[in-house]
Amino acid sequence: MTSTIIWTIAIITVLGLVLALVLYLVAKKFKVEEDPRIDEVEKVMPGANCGGCGFAGCRAFAEAAVGAPNLDNNFCPVGGNDVMAKVAAILGYEVSAKAPQVAVVRCNGTCENRPKVNEYDGFASCKVKAALYSGDTACAFGCLGCGDCAAACQFGALTMDPSTGLPVVDESKCTACGACAKACPKRIIELRPKGPRGMREFVSCVNHDKGPAAKKACAAACIGCGICVKTCTHEAIVLDNNVAYIDPAKCKLCRECEAMCPTGAIHGVNFPKPLDKDAVKERIKARQQKAKEAAHV
Amino acid sequence: MSKRTFSIGGVHPHDNKISRECAIEPLPLSPTVYLSMSQHIGAPAKPVVAVGDKVKVGQVVAEPGGFVSAFIHSSVSGTVKSIGPRKDLAGNPQTCIEIAVEGDEWLEGIDTSDTLVTGIPADNKAIIDKIRLGGVVGLGGATFPTHVKLSPPPGSKCERVIINGCECEPYLTSDYRTLLEKGEQVVVGAAILRQVMGGVPCTIAIEENKPEAVAHIQDVIRKLGYEGIEVMVMKMMYPQGGEKQLIDAVMHRQVGSGALPISVGAVVQNVATALAVYDAVQKNKPIVDNSVTVTGECFPRQANLLVRVGTPLSYIIDYLGGVPADAVKVISGGPMMGRAVANLDAATVKGTGALLFLTEKQTRRQPASACIRCGKCADACPMGLEPFLLNRLVKVNDLEQLEANAAQDCIECGCCLYSCPAHIPLLDNIRMGKGAVLGAIRARAAKK
Repeated sequence: MTSTIIWTIAIITVLGLVLALVLYLVAKKFKVEEDPRIDEVEKVMPGANCGGCGFAGCRAFAEAAVGAPNLDNNFCPVGGNDVMAKVAAILGYEVSAKAPQVAVVRCNGTCENRPKVNEYDGFASCKVKAALYSGDTACAFGCLGCGDCAAACQFGALTMDPSTGLPVVDESKCTACGACAKACPKRIIELRPKGPRGMREFVSCVNHDKGPAAKKACAAACIGCGICVKTCTHEAIVLDNNVAYIDPAKCKLCRECEAMCPTGAIHGVNFPKPLDKDAVKERIKARQQKAKEAAHV
Repeated sequence: MSKRTFSIGGVHPHDNKISRECAIEPLPLSPTVYLSMSQHIGAPAKPVVAVGDKVKVGQVVAEPGGFVSAFIHSSVSGTVKSIGPRKDLAGNPQTCIEIAVEGDEWLEGIDTSDTLVTGIPADNKAIIDKIRLGGVVGLGGATFPTHVKLSPPPGSKCERVIINGCECEPYLTSDYRTLLEKGEQVVVGAAILRQVMGGVPCTIAIEENKPEAVAHIQDVIRKLGYEGIEVMVMKMMYPQGGEKQLIDAVMHRQVGSGALPISVGAVVQNVATALAVYDAVQKNKPIVDNSVTVTGECFPRQANLLVRVGTPLSYIIDYLGGVPADAVKVISGGPMMGRAVANLDAATVKGTGALLFLTEKQTRRQPASACIRCGKCADACPMGLEPFLLNRLVKVNDLEQLEANAAQDCIECGCCLYSCPAHIPLLDNIRMGKGAVLGAIRARAAKK
């Protein structure tokens, strides 16, 4: 009885030692040489594995960053400039600071602005709904309201507002990973620069319909009238396919377009003071008058 | 003789053919028609008329925009009012030609009489050309241009023409009424199709719930003395009218994944398409009208109407007494594969076969619960797929595995959803996955 136990222990021990030796030799022989910097880079990454950088996760990003000749095409939106500076220090690259971005919902089709014309009773998914038909309002371009974007957000930054039926972005939580923009089948969510102190100006509509049709579908639609383009003195606004777009790189946040927009499709957020539309309109009028007089002379 | 059906899957919903006794009646002309340029699978047609032009019934208003595309003819006589985007049944804008109706003047050369023309022209090329010029597309639902189907790629050989008179979708009766009222024309159409494909035998497949149609067509074949055309009585089973299922049922041959029916020697055409072929070849009459079943338990006036292409749905519904108060959903097509109509102002297209009104109780969706792995969906799938598995793969977006499990073969018949006791939206999800897989396959082919 005792000898059986002793023999068992002895055989198992010897077997274990032999196998350990085999494993050690195999590991030595087939060792994969890995750049140690990959581990270092991965350590400074946020570890969210959100895929916002375009790679499968933080590790994949680290591998790509180590293999890349520079960091121009690799940027971690979650970590932002701080993390990228650390990555650059590890790899000995130069990195220029990028303006922080935030997800912007470009649809103002609230229940009041955009009345329903039919009722959707299918599976509650924007993707499914978009594949079936144009949506339950007369606007074929706007938010479908099933919340695919909110479901895609890993940071809890997007919630559906039941009173408006539209998603709301919590700027303090948004990391600009772009998952929501990818999840939206109507492509209404855009990543835009956060702007100085969060102030930014954007067209909150993507409706390509001509003016009357857009207006009929939604009271707050961009009707492609072009008044904003004419008003803007910085050439920051372009009108393409019946919808205006403000280039954030050129916008000087003067809010003149917002004051002049007849449907209120242009939104300005995080400004310290509410917009005094009449005062801005007066200012524009005076300027235009002056220009006219100058032209006469 | 035991009745045939396809070998795997299928469900058996109650057939509800409540409009079966309603004879096809012509709908009075609506004041305006809207002819969509996308009435067929393939490239949209290109308008060849201008605003202000006078057109007659049967006149070409649009030319094919590619090889897989079709002619579109004016379904009324009148003046072209506008050409521009208009919302279709799903609310998506499509280019439409708006025509204000003035009188009912047909183009010269179109035989509008009821006389049966049985002499078939000998030249097959000329016949196919007539079918092409007549804008004939598959009226079973897919609206695939018929002349393309009748010109098989070199190397393939047709062994049997199957005329699809199954009408396996519940509620629909327009094919049944066509068989009863235009049986002679359908049989001559079948004879034309058979001759074009090289004189191969032809089977007219009709489900067992239509014994009057079976007897009538058998009678007609005897009377006209056609050899090589037979009627086959099919067991009632959905989706028997699916092309691949019907070939399996009639010929006991399986069409492979991604393959065309011609690869197993079959050409399948719908009853309504056979009639359209007869009209185009024997009467010079292009597709300007089609029969539409208007039905539903809540709909007071059941009807099978002969509707001019491009008639607004609202006009058809108003003619029959308006939308019933308890109807909550209007479906274009049958209850299994049809799509809910988002816009009642939309106009009919060549492929519009039915308008079905459903009540709140009939359309209510039960909340989905967890999959209990009962396997009913896999039993019901006529394509031999595993819907529960595909559903899970779509959720994790695994395109590789979706393709390996043949999500692209889904025919969207809805048997899985119909049989699921947990009310999981299987079809909705699989449809998404199928779209993604087909996109990936196309991208790969483009790269090559």
